[in-house]
Amino acid sequence: MIGLITRFEYRRLFLSPLAWTLIAGLQFILALLFLVFLENFITELQPRLALIDDAPGATDTVITPMLIWAGILWLAVIPLLTMRSFSEERLYQRQALLMSSPISISEIVMGKYLGLLLFLATALSPTLLTAVSLSTGTQLDWGKLIAGFMGLYLMLASFSAAGLFLSTLSRQPAMAAALSYGLLALLFVFYITGKTQGSESVLFIYLSHFGHFLNLSSGLVYSSDILYFLLFSTGFIILTIQRLDSDRRNG
Amino acid sequence: MGNADSLLQAEGLSRDYEHYNAVQDYQLTLKRGEILGLLGPNGAGKSTTLRMLSGTLAPSRGAISIKGIDLLQQPRRAKQSLGYLPDQPPLYFDLTVEEYLGYCGRLRGIRKADVEPAIQRVIKTCSLEEVQKRLISHLSLGYQQRVGIAQAIIHEPDLVILDEPTKGLDPIQINAIRDLIRNLAEQHAVILSTHILSEVEAVCNRVQIINQGQIVHESQLGIQEPDKVFFQLHLARPPETAQIEALQGVESVIAQDKGRYLISVENAQAGLQIVTSAIIQNNWGLLGLCPQHESLEQTFMQKVFQEDRP
Repeated sequence: MIGLITRFEYRRLFLSPLAWTLIAGLQFILALLFLVFLENFITELQPRLALIDDAPGATDTVITPMLIWAGILWLAVIPLLTMRSFSEERLYQRQALLMSSPISISEIVMGKYLGLLLFLATALSPTLLTAVSLSTGTQLDWGKLIAGFMGLYLMLASFSAAGLFLSTLSRQPAMAAALSYGLLALLFVFYITGKTQGSESVLFIYLSHFGHFLNLSSGLVYSSDILYFLLFSTGFIILTIQRLDSDRRNG
Repeated sequence: MGNADSLLQAEGLSRDYEHYNAVQDYQLTLKRGEILGLLGPNGAGKSTTLRMLSGTLAPSRGAISIKGIDLLQQPRRAKQSLGYLPDQPPLYFDLTVEEYLGYCGRLRGIRKADVEPAIQRVIKTCSLEEVQKRLISHLSLGYQQRVGIAQAIIHEPDLVILDEPTKGLDPIQINAIRDLIRNLAEQHAVILSTHILSEVEAVCNRVQIINQGQIVHESQLGIQEPDKVFFQLHLARPPETAQIEALQGVESVIAQDKGRYLISVENAQAGLQIVTSAIIQNNWGLLGLCPQHESLEQTFMQKVFQEDRP
């Protein structure tokens, strides 16, 4: 049953022009950035780096910045993908279809979440291919590349879980998107505040997505970072299930 | 709880909200073959009751079982025998009718191999052949409503719950849906809610009238021949009241104005034959003779509006 909903949600995302537009648009921007970073690497950085021992390579100077940009851009569009998840179901009374079917609320939520994750994996694959294409011309740091993509995927996956939860709070998709952008801004403010001189806060940095992502994107794989994303996702998934169950109980 | 032939059993079902009680102490035992009409003014608690019976809203108190399986304790098993159309059809507008019904069928537990025949069957039952390849967003309201009914019956559930199934349909479509509901009831049990009285009289064999969250009236419709029947009699050359009273099988005669009488006979068929032949023999000049049973409308008005008055 989870598989059924996952496949359905995945296919339905591609039925709207939104998904195609987002993937194409972002991939276009990321490809441009990739070219800019590569150009910079070839003309500016490479001659200078050649003189240094153990200097950063193409992975650090081309792929890592591209991944950071991919993270920023995708975070900005995820609310558009998650906003419809449950708010539209409520708006059009489709919750009644799901709830009167022999399927549990956790299966519904997991199905929808996995559908989103599958979509994200598909959407990020052109970016991965762009990065891998560098291996035809140079030696890549595969460990760093994998860590970077893992960080990107975990960050987007955990933020999607939050978006899923926020879409249960309102009947209006626009409202759900606004709430998700609010959360995104909050996470961003946490990070900025935590980093600001004079008001540094380890707690704020820990609470924010970005520190954990930046660690992973620069090749530092700490289990605490991975744990943070897993906890963030699990927490919001549980909240989503709770919220839907309370809808059923409280009407 | 639950005996073998009762499909649905609800006991003491109540739903409280913060400031009011939407439904109080709702009782129902429904058997296969029954079509129950849930009547009530807007806001009476019809939809809330149906939402509880379909498992989409938990009751504050009470128990529901479908085929003897507790809906609250074992929702997954109980919901396999359930088809539900909410008051707004739960449609995915970016899918075609076929795609949508396929998803609903799988969701409602039909195996992958059996889905295609089920879609075709339900498309035929609901007369959706013309639009089966079209996007749901492009369909008229009537078709959308029929797609909504189709999703509720695609898995041939034992219990079908329809919240205002004929909303937005034209008279021809309404007739088609009524036929469909009558056919459904041969194998299954159907509950439908409506505020249209004639609809209940046309398709249901049982009625519950709900007002302010409580059952105010419950009766069987059109099956039982009542023992005592009233007729409105209109004669051109009226005789003495006693002459009519003297006829065999006539229980009482109440003279009204200008040759009009309200008579009651013991047995509708036999009594009526005696009365009509007497009228012809005595050349009383029959102008009109019509049964005068208490109509659903009278009951409804009486139960819903008169009880509201202090």
